[in-house]
Amino acid sequence: MMNFLPLTDSVPLAHIVGLGVAVFAAGAFGFLVRRNLIVLLMCVELMLNGANIVLVAFSRAPGAADPQVWVIFMFAVAAAEAGVGLALAVLIWRRLGTLDIDALKELKG
Amino acid sequence: MEGNFYPLLKWMILPPLAGFVLNGLIGRRLLSERAGGILGSLAIFLSFVFALLSLSDLLNLPAADRLLRDTMFTWISAGPFTVDFALRLDPLSAVMALVVTGVSFLIHVYSIGYMRGDRGFHKYFAYLNFFVFFMLVLVLADNPVLMFVGWEGVGLASYLLIGFWYEDPEKASAGKKAFVTNRIGDAGFLAGLMLLAAAMHAGGVYGLDFATLSANAHLAAGASFAGVNAAFLIGVLLFVGATGKSAQFPLYVWLPDAMAGPTPVSALIHAATMVTAGVYMLSRMFFLYEAAPAALDVVLVTGCFTAFLAAVIAVAQRDIKKVLAYSTVSQLGYMFMAVGAGAWAAGVFHLTTHAFFKALLFLAAGSVIHGLGGEQDLFKMGGLRRHMRTTFILTATGWLAISGVPPLAGFYSKDLILEKVFNSGAGLVWLTGLLTAALTAYYISRLLILAFMDKYRGKEHAHESPAVMTVPMGLLAVLSVVGGMAGAAWLLPFLQPGAPPEHHSALMIAVSVSAAAAGIIAAFLITGRRAEDWAAAWPRTHRLVYNKFYVDEVYEALVLKPLARFADWTFRVPDSKVIDGAFVNGTARLFMSIGRNLSAAQTGNAQFYAVVFMAGLCLLLAALLAGYYL
Repeated sequence: MMNFLPLTDSVPLAHIVGLGVAVFAAGAFGFLVRRNLIVLLMCVELMLNGANIVLVAFSRAPGAADPQVWVIFMFAVAAAEAGVGLALAVLIWRRLGTLDIDALKELKG
Repeated sequence: MEGNFYPLLKWMILPPLAGFVLNGLIGRRLLSERAGGILGSLAIFLSFVFALLSLSDLLNLPAADRLLRDTMFTWISAGPFTVDFALRLDPLSAVMALVVTGVSFLIHVYSIGYMRGDRGFHKYFAYLNFFVFFMLVLVLADNPVLMFVGWEGVGLASYLLIGFWYEDPEKASAGKKAFVTNRIGDAGFLAGLMLLAAAMHAGGVYGLDFATLSANAHLAAGASFAGVNAAFLIGVLLFVGATGKSAQFPLYVWLPDAMAGPTPVSALIHAATMVTAGVYMLSRMFFLYEAAPAALDVVLVTGCFTAFLAAVIAVAQRDIKKVLAYSTVSQLGYMFMAVGAGAWAAGVFHLTTHAFFKALLFLAAGSVIHGLGGEQDLFKMGGLRRHMRTTFILTATGWLAISGVPPLAGFYSKDLILEKVFNSGAGLVWLTGLLTAALTAYYISRLLILAFMDKYRGKEHAHESPAVMTVPMGLLAVLSVVGGMAGAAWLLPFLQPGAPPEHHSALMIAVSVSAAAAGIIAAFLITGRRAEDWAAAWPRTHRLVYNKFYVDEVYEALVLKPLARFADWTFRVPDSKVIDGAFVNGTARLFMSIGRNLSAAQTGNAQFYAVVFMAGLCLLLAALLAGYYL
C-alpha cells in the first residue's frame, strides 16, 4: 500500500480521530443552535468532513483503501447536496424573504 | 319406478319457460301486442297438448300402476343423500296439470282482451308464463324439494302480478303483504321438509322422491322430536305452509288484498291454481297424514273455521272482487275440510270444479269491471243484465255452479265433501259446512242481484266485452256445468282406482240442496233496491262483518306494531348507536384522536427534529456499543 502522507506516522491515530470527532461535533452543535439556513448548510458540510477525516484516518490500516474511495464518493455527494441545498435556500429566500429556519413552519401539525 | 321413464314430461314445462324468456326479453321491442299475447297463449296451449298426450299414455297403463317419470339430472348429491330434478305424472298430478294448463290457456286468451293497451302488456304475459312454468314444476315434481322450488316460484310470480301496477303504492304494498305472509307459511313448509328428511335419515332412508317417502312413512310415524310424534309435527308444519299459500286461517289475510292485481291474475293465480297448491301438497303427502290422524284433525278444524269465517265476511263486502276473494278463501276451506276428513280425492275434485266456476266468476267480474271502466263497487253497478247480456248469462252459470244447484259442478263436489265429513263423524264440522254452503249461496246471489238486477246505479257507460274475453268465459261456463257430472263419473275413479263407488244418501243431497236454496231465497228477499236493509237494522254487526272482524287490525296491533317498534329500536340503538356509533364512526374517531395527539410532535421546527434525530442516533450508537461490549 502506498503511503500518501508519510509525515502522519508521527501523529497518533487517536489524535486524527479526535480531530474528526471535534469537527463533526462542531458541525452538529452549529446545526442545532444556528438559525440561518446558509450556516446550517455549512454545518452539514462540517459534519460530513468530520466523518471524512475519521475515514481517512482509518484508511491507514494495512490493506484498507476503500475508506478513501468512500471519501471521494462523499465529496461528490456533498457537492450535489450543497447544490440542492443552496437552490432550496434561494427559493426559500424568494418565497419568504428570509432565511430564518424558524420561518419554515408549514409542516406544523 | 325405473321402467316408467317418459321423456315427454319435460316438454310440458318448457314452453311456458320459453314464452317467459321471449316475451320478457324481446317482447316490448320486437313483438306487437297481438303477437306477444298469441305467443304467451300458444306456449300454454302447447303445454296443454303435451299434458293431454301424457294423459293418454298414462291411461294406457294398468289402473294400479299409472305412473310416468322423467328424471332430468341429479340436482343435489351429498354422500348417500341425493335429490333428482325429476318429474312425475300420476293421476293426481295429471289432473292438476290439466287444470293448470287448461284454465291458464283460457285466461291467457281472455287477458289479450283485458290487458289491451296496457303499458306492461308483454311484461304481463311474461309473468303469466313464468307463473305457469313454476306451477307445473310444483305439480309435476317428484320430490318435495323440487316441489318447494315450484312453490316459491309461483309465490314470486304472485308477488310480481299483484303488484303489477306498482305505481299505485297501495297495490305495491298488497304484493308485499302477500309475499311476506307467504314467507311465514313457507318457513313452516321448509321446517316440515327438514324434519321429514331427518326422520328418513334416522331410519337409514336417503331418497326423498314420493315413492320412497310413501313406502317409508312409518319411519316418521315411529320417530319423535322433542317428545312430539314426528309424523304429527311434520304434518302440522307442512299444513302451516299450506295455510300460507292456500290462504287459510290465520294466514288468509293476504288473499283479499291480492285482488289489487289485474283481474285475470286473480282468476288464475288467486282462485283457480296457485292457491290450491296447498290442497295439492296435502293430497300428495297424504301418506304422511295417514300416519298421523291428529294432524288431519288440525286440517279439518282449520279448514272448517276458515270456510265459515270467510263466507261470513263475504256477505257484507261492497267490492265485487273482495266478495269473490273471500269466497275463494271459503271454498279453499272446503277443500281442506275434505282432506281433513281423509277424502283428499274429494278435495281435489272440488279443487277442479272450483277452478272452473271461480275462474269463470272472476273473469265475469273482470268483464264487468272492464265494461264499467274500472268500477268495482257493487253498489254502483246494478241492472247490468240489460247492458251486458253475455256476461250476465255467464255469471249466472257460475252463480248456480258455486251455489251448489244440481246438476252443476259445485253441487257434486261440495256435496261429496259434506258427505265425507259427515261420514267421518265430525258432526259439528258438517253442520258448519252446511251453514257455509247456505252462506255461499247467499253472498253469491247477493253479488248477482247487486250487479245485474234492478236499475243501473252508475254513471259510466256500460258496454259488453269483446269476444276474445267472452269466448274463454263461455268455455269455462260449459266446464262449470258439466264438470261435476264428468268428474263424479271419471275423475274420482281415476284418482283413486280400486276405491269403492260412492253411495250417496238421498237425505244428504236433499239437506245440502235445501241449504243452497235457502241461501238463494234469502238473498232475493233481503237484497232489495236499497241494497242492505239488515245493515241498517244491525249497524254494529254490519260494521264488524264489513270490516272483516278487524282481523287485519288485530294483526296490525299484535304483530306488525310490535315488529315495527322492534325494528325501529334496532335501528335506533344497535344500528345507529353500536354499529354506526361505536364501530364505524368510533374507528374513525379513534384514529383521529391518535393523529391529533401525535401531531403535537410535528412542531414545524426543523431544529427540534434535528435534536430528536440526533438523540435517536446517540441512543442507537449507545445500544450498539452496549451490545458490543456487554
